[in-house]
Amino acid sequence: MGETITFWVLAVVSVAAALGLVFSRKAVYSALMLGVVMLSLAVLYAVQDAPFLAAVQIIVYTGAVMMLFLFVLMLVGVDSADSLVETIRGQRFWAIVAGLGFGLLLALAVGNVAFSPAAGMGRAVSGRDGNVPALAEEIFTRHVFAFEVTSALLITAALGAMVLAHRERVRPKATQRDLARTRFAGPQPSPLPGPGTYALHNAIDMPALLPDGTVAVTSINRVLARHEMEEGYAPTDPEKAALIKQVLEKDAARDAAPVEGDKPIQVKDALQDEGELRDEGEPQAGTTSRKENAPQEEDGK
Amino acid sequence: MQSPAEIVSHAGGVTGVSWLMIALPLFGAAVLLLGGRRTNAWGHFFGVAMSLGAFAVAVVTFVELLGLQPEQRRRDIGLFEFIPGMVDLGMLIDPLSISFALLITGVGSLIHIYSVGYMSHDRDRRRFFAYLNLFVAAMLLLVLSDNYIGLFIGWEGVGLASYLLIGFWQHKPSAATAAQKAFIVNRVGDFGLLIGIFTIWTTFGSLAFADLTHEVAGQASEGTLTAIGLLLLLGACGKSAQLPLQSWLLDAMEGPTPVSALIHAATMVTAGVYLVVRSGAFFEAAPTAQLVVTIVGVATLLAGAIIGCAKDDIKKGLAGSTMSQIGYMMLGAGLGPAGYAFAIGHLITHGFFKANMFLGAGSVMHAMNDEVDMRRYGALFPVMKITAVTFIVGYLAIIGFPLLSGYYTKEGIIETAMHHNQILGWLAVLGAGLTGFYMSRMVFMTFFGKKRWADDAHPHESPAVMTWPLIILAIGSIGLGAFLVLGNRFMNFLSPAVGLPQPADMPEPHVFGVGTAALATLALVAAGAAFAWFRYGAAEVPAVAPRASFLTTFARRDLYGDALNEALLMRPGQWLTRIAVFFDNRGVDGLVNGLAAGIGGTSGRLRRVQTGFVRSYALSILFGAAAVVGALLYVGNI
Amino acid sequence: MTTHYLVLSALLFAIGGVGVLLRRNAIVVFMCVELMLNACNLAFVTFARQHGNLDGQLIAFFVMVVAAAEVVIGLAIIVMIFRTRRSASVDNANLLKY
Repeated sequence: MGETITFWVLAVVSVAAALGLVFSRKAVYSALMLGVVMLSLAVLYAVQDAPFLAAVQIIVYTGAVMMLFLFVLMLVGVDSADSLVETIRGQRFWAIVAGLGFGLLLALAVGNVAFSPAAGMGRAVSGRDGNVPALAEEIFTRHVFAFEVTSALLITAALGAMVLAHRERVRPKATQRDLARTRFAGPQPSPLPGPGTYALHNAIDMPALLPDGTVAVTSINRVLARHEMEEGYAPTDPEKAALIKQVLEKDAARDAAPVEGDKPIQVKDALQDEGELRDEGEPQAGTTSRKENAPQEEDGK
Repeated sequence: MQSPAEIVSHAGGVTGVSWLMIALPLFGAAVLLLGGRRTNAWGHFFGVAMSLGAFAVAVVTFVELLGLQPEQRRRDIGLFEFIPGMVDLGMLIDPLSISFALLITGVGSLIHIYSVGYMSHDRDRRRFFAYLNLFVAAMLLLVLSDNYIGLFIGWEGVGLASYLLIGFWQHKPSAATAAQKAFIVNRVGDFGLLIGIFTIWTTFGSLAFADLTHEVAGQASEGTLTAIGLLLLLGACGKSAQLPLQSWLLDAMEGPTPVSALIHAATMVTAGVYLVVRSGAFFEAAPTAQLVVTIVGVATLLAGAIIGCAKDDIKKGLAGSTMSQIGYMMLGAGLGPAGYAFAIGHLITHGFFKANMFLGAGSVMHAMNDEVDMRRYGALFPVMKITAVTFIVGYLAIIGFPLLSGYYTKEGIIETAMHHNQILGWLAVLGAGLTGFYMSRMVFMTFFGKKRWADDAHPHESPAVMTWPLIILAIGSIGLGAFLVLGNRFMNFLSPAVGLPQPADMPEPHVFGVGTAALATLALVAAGAAFAWFRYGAAEVPAVAPRASFLTTFARRDLYGDALNEALLMRPGQWLTRIAVFFDNRGVDGLVNGLAAGIGGTSGRLRRVQTGFVRSYALSILFGAAAVVGALLYVGNI
Repeated sequence: MTTHYLVLSALLFAIGGVGVLLRRNAIVVFMCVELMLNACNLAFVTFARQHGNLDGQLIAFFVMVVAAAEVVIGLAIIVMIFRTRRSASVDNANLLKY
């Protein structure tokens, strides 16, 4: 009876979580949903007399694999939501047809079979010190070769990950001297103005004001500005709002532009931010030209 | 067969080095061709020396042969195994081959010497001598080989040399075309010869002349022998410019004049006669083939004479004459042992007087800025006396002026033909009359009458290096015939090689032309010469050829031989080619291309399935998995 | 109970499959693959109990090991692709086609 209740609760939870994994727009939610499914399955394992697997499920899957997923999600960009527009014609329809058909087929096949009452794990572990020693005996006697091969597999995987993720440095690392020289050769040797300078508030989302009262473009915090624009918390001052919007549009246009392959040159990467600063610091003429350019670039897309 | 040849084949003596006859000119050709421009300075002298060396060897061999008993005058000199177990390459020195060798090396050497002067202004003189040497070597291999394989190699070698020398001035499109024409027409004959050789091999199992005696040939069926004879005759027709393969010889006059003299008058074109005489064993056992040989000979001698009557180009006129004279030889060769001696004798005397006249014509052209049109000559006798006199000697010899060379040999052929078959005989007589006309026309137009020279022509006598060969050849033209024919000297000399005729086949012997045929010939020749004098000697000759009657046009166009070839062979060949091309393009290519296009089109549509979207692939995998599961369930439920 | 577990396993597997087909974010696709692997593991464990031997659990254990290795490599590949293309969408990597 206890098992039945546990099963029904966890079955509903896990199916719901699996559906959530598939249909949530944000990848982080999907990851969390996956975690729920895995934990539910761990409990189901435990219920089915597999305590070792339940522990491993929690430790390896929920602990290690899920953490890896989240880690990579953060690396890749947590803020990018998937577009809901399907680009491949007929893909959504046929995917659902195939998925439902396949699930039904399996369910029907399983449902058609009349199983005898489960034999239970009692016989398997009889004469041994429970589930874990029994498994250990199996692994280290009959399946010792497969086990050793898995060790090789794991080492290979670790090495492979290192090789894949490694980036060769093709020029010497920029020294303090290089960085300083680049900085002083640039348009802004000084630090960027902090937010809120000369403003009425010194909150992080307030751009700094120049002595003549205009907004210092370089002090706008992009992440917050984007968040504000998306959630509708735009500054009440229309002039500031327009300026922020302008900056964001320019950023979007730059992101949309095709990326020319990998750029492994870290010095350049490091300097890119300052290059942007140089762009921002341009006189008004540059801004107007940017305005004119933006629609064209959208057309070009 | 235990032939005398085998008995002496291992004998030492000079015959042991007679291979030098072939080797020397071959060496000369190799040095001159491989040496390149380094040999430019002395190449022509080297070529002459090699040719003279071959001549010296030939003379010594000849003298040694004379020293033997007549029945021993047949020496096989094995050189090496050519095809082990089948063909040994060797040389056969007998009266027939040594006669040819003497003619080839003797006349050849004279023409070599003449060419030193004639080609002195040509940049490629060294190459010219290389080809001449190559020709001499190949021709000697042809006549000296002791089997058909060696003969065939030489046969092709002279064909190659002829091709190279006709097209020697390859910058002239006409020369290049003429060379190709000669080569292609000879292909036809060569195939005949080749198939004939195959037939001989399959029938008799040997290709050595020594094995193919009259007794051996008599064992085969007459049909086979006729086939062999006709196939060999086809080869002979190609090489000797006999009907129906005569068309290349007139165009071959595009080559330098010494080439025309050596190859296309004196030696190579007579190879067909040599082949027929050498294969006498087959022909004598196949009367049909022999009859065809005589018919071809008569037809060609008349055709050549008619062409010669109308040509204004001095060399083409002489070429027509060559055709005609080879026709006489072929006629003689077709008459069996009775005619062989006269055929070969006429061949040798013709080699002298025709070479003499060709070189004379070359001398005239040399003097007249390479003008070949006789209508632009006239009255050259006073300015180039030696050339004129030697040319006239040759002329008298060829028309059969009594007591000169041609008289004896040609009369011999005519009388034998008359004795054999009256129709052949009278046609040969008619040909002799035509010869009298066209040769007289040539002489009168060239050396007598009025000057019709081009404005810039300043004729002069040629240098001594060119006139001396003329003089020597003229001497041969005078006396050689009498020397060979009187007392059947040559017939007896040749008999170990070709056999003696039955007395019944022989015409009545005579010395001063007492037979009716001889009288008729002399009368016709005189009439022809007189007519020629009346038309071209006494009368004005227009400098530009006037419009002429149908018959003259017919002759000027080479009896429409080229037109016939074009209509019968070239056009149908072109149609056949076009049909084949059409079939290839539309039929074969259409099928192949259609198949390829079909596969390509299908693939082009199928490849659209490969969208590059991994999710599409995953979808098809899921469908596949579902299908597999479904199939498993279905199978399990049965 | 065995049937219930197996139907649950089939459902989870199908949902994972649909997710693989529908989602474009490579990481989410990868998570769906993991979901399918887990569904399989559930079936293995269920069958182990049904038959009363340890083989099912053993295989589930090995599947976990392999899945761990697979995740490591797969994520490394995703990171590399993202680094070069600035995108983790599986539809963007479609150059290998007709």
